[in-house]
Amino acid sequence: MSDIDLTIAPDQAFVRPNLERRLLERRAIKNNILTGLTWLAAILASIPLLSVLYMLLVRGGTRLFGADFIEVLTELPPAGFEMGGGIGPAIVGTLVMVGIATLISVPFGILTAIHLAMLDPDSKVATTSRFLAKVLTGFPSILAGVFVYAVLVINFGYSALAGGVALAVLMLPTVVLAAEEAIKQVPQRMKDAAYGMGCTRTQVITKVVLPTGLPGILTGVMLAIAGAAGESAPLLFTALFSNYYISELMEPTASLSILIYNFSGMPFENQIELAWTASLVLVLIVLVFNILARLFGQPKI
Amino acid sequence: MAKNPFAQAGSSTSITRPPSSAEFTIDSLFRAVAYVCALLIIVLVAFILWEVGKKAFPAVQDFGLGFWIGTTWDVNKGIFGVLPEIWGTLYSSLLALFLGGLFGVFIAIFLTQDFIHHRMALVFRTIVELLAAIPSVVYGLWGIYVLIPMIRPGAEWLHQHFAWFPLFGTDLSGPGMAPAALVLAIMILPTVAAISVDAFRRIPYKVKEAAYGMGTTKWEAILKVMLPTASSGILAALVLGFGRALGETMALAMLIGNSNQISLSLFSPANTLASLLASSFPEAGPVEVQALMYAALVLLLITFIVNVLGLGIQQYTMRKFEGK
Repeated sequence: MSDIDLTIAPDQAFVRPNLERRLLERRAIKNNILTGLTWLAAILASIPLLSVLYMLLVRGGTRLFGADFIEVLTELPPAGFEMGGGIGPAIVGTLVMVGIATLISVPFGILTAIHLAMLDPDSKVATTSRFLAKVLTGFPSILAGVFVYAVLVINFGYSALAGGVALAVLMLPTVVLAAEEAIKQVPQRMKDAAYGMGCTRTQVITKVVLPTGLPGILTGVMLAIAGAAGESAPLLFTALFSNYYISELMEPTASLSILIYNFSGMPFENQIELAWTASLVLVLIVLVFNILARLFGQPKI
Repeated sequence: MAKNPFAQAGSSTSITRPPSSAEFTIDSLFRAVAYVCALLIIVLVAFILWEVGKKAFPAVQDFGLGFWIGTTWDVNKGIFGVLPEIWGTLYSSLLALFLGGLFGVFIAIFLTQDFIHHRMALVFRTIVELLAAIPSVVYGLWGIYVLIPMIRPGAEWLHQHFAWFPLFGTDLSGPGMAPAALVLAIMILPTVAAISVDAFRRIPYKVKEAAYGMGTTKWEAILKVMLPTASSGILAALVLGFGRALGETMALAMLIGNSNQISLSLFSPANTLASLLASSFPEAGPVEVQALMYAALVLLLITFIVNVLGLGIQQYTMRKFEGK
């Protein structure tokens, strides 16, 4: 390929190629059309979110930001044609069940993550459980309900505990994968320094790795909590629903998401309005945990 | 005991010292506990399969493979079949995948290919992530009171003018396939977008530079260089988004109409496996519970296969880029 002549023949005038881009060239038009479509897609995709937020604020906000907001947040749900009423038991029920799920899934999740990230990352057990944790993140949430129904509800009846366990099954993989990632981010030289001073692996983990990885772990935990708080499918036939405040763990318990589901199909304006109010409260709870997650960890951009 | 070889190394000014035997014991215990926890995930998945399988076993014996192709769900006669639900699950998920996938990939391109300032991209990314944070049941409520009234006039017009076309064969009487698939598309969009964004990010910068250096327009670079390079990552995003759509429950239970029929029409009510479970489980008798467990097993199998496929593609992509 050496026959390219780089010298310009003296009798031939040098023709400068036109490198300018013409606006009406076919490829330029195609480029602009596709760019326009991309902007359109981006705008269209943000419409649902804006619409949901608008409806939540307008229809849910009238009750929540109205004069009787304490009543709405504390009273029992209304029956049939009753006016007024509130979503108190559902708020408490959601918090209790998410609390149970957190208490179960976080210790297990972090210990698992320690094993996966530090103690034995390449063993068969570790690779298998890492893979299964990833599979579980895509696990339909209703199947967690079916599973807990088969194990707990058939034997002990509907209860807040069963609901909490179902949520824990869903939180576990999120906690494991986030904590593993956070633990892996701890610089090797910090661990080496600790080993060099005569620490056992447990001491390295509890005194160096966990404190250093804490922001990342907390981010994962907060995201898992946010997800669990919004779940409804696994609670449908584990916690069921109740019109009263929870008094013990082994009884059917109300939750915000099931309240929304139940009230959404009712023909009464009051109930539908309460469903919107409950949605606003639920979204606010989810958002608070999402914001906490962002505060703990730096966004990866 | 042998003489401690570290005994001489200690000095009063250093915090360095060898671990005591108590610390060694705690260490072994701690590691054993962590090991058991890691095993626990495997045990949990096995236990889920076993429990659901055990509870479904009588129904599997009674109905066999006919359960997969039966079209009636009649508790009184004891006839159970989930073909309409399987059809509804796949049809709604495919429609959602088409819409959500298209928008998701466009948005991934929008966020990674320098269409907007990177700070704006961060804001927009947060918006997309918020879409994922809104609970399913809230989307259901929004679908009932905002989406269905909104698309109804359009659906009626389409049905009146194009009734011969199978997709518009019936009238939208309220809940139905179209609103369900639309909401499902909104719900899987963040999944598809997030994984596709990762796929685009993993492409080395020099690839894009090389394309631009040859004088391509932005979209020539995207279509001919970036998309093919990211294709396996995008495929993983689509498969995982599809898996998510298959298992989505509440929004569908509220929007799809829970009607046991197979129809191509976008506006007729239908049912999915997950919403069948959601709507029938709370009031089911013992025989129906067995059939529902079988249905759960069917759903478990379908989503398991799709998710393993998606994860496999994703891991293959990661190895392809990080191995070199």
